[in-house]
Amino acid sequence: MHTDTLTALSEALAAKKVSAVELTETFLDRIARCNSELNAFVTVAADSALDDAKRADERIANGSATPLTGIPIAHKDIFCTEGLKTSCSSRMLDNFIAPYDATAVAKLRDAGVVLLGKTNMDEFAMGSSNETSYYGPVRNPWDTTKVPGGSSGGSAAAVAAGLCCAATGTDTGGSIRQPAALTGLTGIKPTYGRVSRYGMIAFASSLDQAGTLTRCAADAAAMLTVMAGFDPRDSTSLADPVPNYSACLETPWNAIRIGVPENFFDDGLDADVAAAVRDGLAVFEKLGATIKSIRLEHIGLSVPVYYVVAPAEASSNLSRYDGVRFGHRAENVDDLLDLYKRSRGEGFGAEVKRRILTGTYVLSTGYYDAYYLQAQKARQLIANDFKEAFTDVDLVVGPTTPTPAFGIGQKVDDPIQMYLNDIYTIGANLAGLPAMSIPCGLVDGLPVGLQLVAPHLSEERLLKAAHYFQLETDWHRQVPSDFA
Amino acid sequence: MSVTPEDVSKLCTLARLEIGPEESADLATKLSEIVRMVGELQAQQTDGVVPMAHPLDQPQRLRADAITESDARDRYQENAPQVERGLYLVPKVIE
Amino acid sequence: MDWEIVIGLEIHTQLATQSKIFSGAATAYGAPPNTQACLVDLGYPGVLPVLNEQAVVMAIKFGLATHCEIATRSVFARKNYFYPDLPKGYQISQYELPIVHSGHIDIATSQDGFKRIGITRAHLEEDAGKSLHEDFHGQSGIDLNRAGTPLLEIVSEPDLRSADEAGAYMRKIHELVRYLGISDGNMQEGSFRCDANVSVRRKGDAQLGTRTELKNLNSFRFVEKAIEIEAERQIDVLEDGGEVVQETRLYDSDRDETRPMRSKEEANDYRYFPDPDLLPVVVDASVIESIRDGLPELPDAKRARFAEQYGLSEYDADVLTGSADLADYFERAAAAAPNTESKTVANWVQGKVIAALNEDGLEIAQSKITAAVLGDLLEKITDGTLSGKLANEVFDAVRSGEGSVAEIIDERGLEQITDASAIDALVADVLAAHPDQVGQFREGNHKVLGFFVGQVMKATQGKANPQQVNEALRRLLAE
Repeated sequence: MHTDTLTALSEALAAKKVSAVELTETFLDRIARCNSELNAFVTVAADSALDDAKRADERIANGSATPLTGIPIAHKDIFCTEGLKTSCSSRMLDNFIAPYDATAVAKLRDAGVVLLGKTNMDEFAMGSSNETSYYGPVRNPWDTTKVPGGSSGGSAAAVAAGLCCAATGTDTGGSIRQPAALTGLTGIKPTYGRVSRYGMIAFASSLDQAGTLTRCAADAAAMLTVMAGFDPRDSTSLADPVPNYSACLETPWNAIRIGVPENFFDDGLDADVAAAVRDGLAVFEKLGATIKSIRLEHIGLSVPVYYVVAPAEASSNLSRYDGVRFGHRAENVDDLLDLYKRSRGEGFGAEVKRRILTGTYVLSTGYYDAYYLQAQKARQLIANDFKEAFTDVDLVVGPTTPTPAFGIGQKVDDPIQMYLNDIYTIGANLAGLPAMSIPCGLVDGLPVGLQLVAPHLSEERLLKAAHYFQLETDWHRQVPSDFA
Repeated sequence: MSVTPEDVSKLCTLARLEIGPEESADLATKLSEIVRMVGELQAQQTDGVVPMAHPLDQPQRLRADAITESDARDRYQENAPQVERGLYLVPKVIE
Repeated sequence: MDWEIVIGLEIHTQLATQSKIFSGAATAYGAPPNTQACLVDLGYPGVLPVLNEQAVVMAIKFGLATHCEIATRSVFARKNYFYPDLPKGYQISQYELPIVHSGHIDIATSQDGFKRIGITRAHLEEDAGKSLHEDFHGQSGIDLNRAGTPLLEIVSEPDLRSADEAGAYMRKIHELVRYLGISDGNMQEGSFRCDANVSVRRKGDAQLGTRTELKNLNSFRFVEKAIEIEAERQIDVLEDGGEVVQETRLYDSDRDETRPMRSKEEANDYRYFPDPDLLPVVVDASVIESIRDGLPELPDAKRARFAEQYGLSEYDADVLTGSADLADYFERAAAAAPNTESKTVANWVQGKVIAALNEDGLEIAQSKITAAVLGDLLEKITDGTLSGKLANEVFDAVRSGEGSVAEIIDERGLEQITDASAIDALVADVLAAHPDQVGQFREGNHKVLGFFVGQVMKATQGKANPQQVNEALRRLLAE
């Protein structure tokens, strides 16, 4: 049961083949047995999960259930959950109990999900391996010596190992798609502004977007239908109506044009990964898609642009952690400056400090124009490349990551190598476009992801392409043998 | 362009971050690498390109002027390290 | 050596919105600490700002009233610095693209009549909280109720040349924001605060001297005093061969001196950048036009109209238009007294009414004598029902709640005697009772006329119409 899709479990619940309480107990049991090995959850909310499950069973009984009622899920620990610790996997927020629910959390709760707990992540979502967490690294269920990717690594490992049915994530430069790729899951990062950012602890505000990690595109569609939508508390949320993404999966396939950025297949891409991606493209071709080669002229700038823009915004977003109103506060301080410096020095880990300092550097007098403003201009060039590409193709498809999962500790001391993991995913964040990663093969027993990028607000097209791909393939049905 | 330990110290003051002496040298090295990497941007011709501050090309939405929040001080202060008589305490502020 | 003082003012005025600029918390003054600081104001993890429409409308009103350009696109930036009263570690403020810019306002000066002062810009931003320093065992207490209150920062050109001009400019802006209804202007509560940039140069020099910034001047008098003291200090420094240091200084009103602000010593680098939580504020031309149509009559226009329409002196027009409420009171009183000279209405408002308000500690809008009552009362003087002296008595009685004008006149029998035959009879009685004085009058001593008037008034408890009494006396004595 723990490896079933959300869609299958939803049907089983509706048909009363299983109760939400039984389902919840099953997953809580899985967590109890497997979490110490994976370190995927940082908080398990067993009691409240069972309460959620009882309420869900009532709703199912009285006919007020939604497709998500009774589905056991987990939230990345970046989403504020009322009354529950919300740590961002940082010592800074190790003692922080959110007094409110994030909008996405509230919407899912209203739909009747069961919240099993909160998942581990890179500290403040800064990382691509889940090794920067204050609570220690998450292990990849496919090979526990390997990273699960990051920053939504806990959510990825939890779904992949069957510790929950689906999980939320956030994606600032690839933090949903990259871990999805490395753990054999379907990950979607919607259009910037599609899901409210309210209550989602900010990393880089112009790039952050919430999404999901699930077993398949149909599961993602069910989750996103609930999570998406306008929020009056988020000035940057989109007012466009939200379609029923699940319903649109069932519409007939239409021949689409796929653009493949040839510059994604250069030296940096692992040859076996490249082969798996080419195989994935062949599946689309078989489905009747036209494949054409395109060039995203400025995509090579995306890593440097990202490592200016994201740290700049982060350096400011993280200034609120000062030890005064919430969060870690240093003891026995000399004065105000000492309070600030030590609370922050003790509360933040090494990678967060690096990014704060990088951001402080690029915004400071004398460097602003050369770095920050120049990055904004280059960002425009990258967004224009996509815009131009989409005049000619319906989707841009390529690899999600340059390699399969790498070893824990392998890149942690080399920021630049670590940053290059996101080389293919960052572009969609910079341009604000919806993007997905779906499993398309295994290399040495490790999953490989295929990335699909669509125009602004074209989540339907994206999900439908992924869904039809998954009707033709069974990569998404593979589960790591140790957690089968 | 490289970042010196002195630069790191200045940045740490601006960003209010205490770092240990052993961290400082390592940070200078790593920040130098990062600055060098992002410095690649400078080679890009961007004359006449409008800077993109945000992925959304739409105006700010305005909220009606209405009071929608009520007092929840006690709840909000449960997370506060040090409060007294409803105030957040900090080491003496000197003007 | 002649020195010239060059001053530019930055005025921070709190906007009179119900809720904060980026949150739905109340802005009311004086609530218990931190009870009006919601999650957004506290800078809690995950919260986001949403802009208050009224703050934008109020900024536009100010811009239109000061001949400024209204930016069709303005941008909020983050000003990054750490301070305990600044919860997020940055202040959201407009930096490169303010909503209002490039305008002016005219001030009255003693020498030249009027002087035009440039307004560089006026931008929207959020206020900070407050640090309280007393009695926390050597610590400070932070109250964030004020955090997020909308502020309009109004920046003048360095066009002011004396402490008096600076004071006149500040008063003018103060009057204007209250007229526009965009701020209560309450300086005790900090709704209207001022920083002054002051420099001195030798007369005739084209280049500006090094300036210092005087912070938090929260009264007109302090602005004037602080600028005078600071300019003197700078002149002394320069005349002694020293150099003025560019720095932020505080004015100490107890010692009447300025001194450097310790907390600002460290060089700041605010690292401004566009706030990614907020999008550009776009204002349609049609919105600007509808705000323009809704603007109230502004002080200068009202002053000119009062002088013209009511035939008032410049002084009277100036006093009566000192606030929109006072002007409104005068106009309603004048309308309620159509047969009374406007000058008379003006005198009563400026005299009796304002004195009563000062005594009662009330604002004009709360006056116990409403404009309608005053008009009614003044009509009674005009139509001869009351003498001026008795009108005063009626005014006081109404003010102390004893009844309406008509009731008091009636109850106290204060109505003036204006019946000609009744007055003739009274006068005849008085003349008959004082033959000696009649004799003196007839011998040419006309001063006794006053005596007769007094006797008539005494007999009628002051109710006889004095003009008619005079006339009757002259007529009957001439017989």
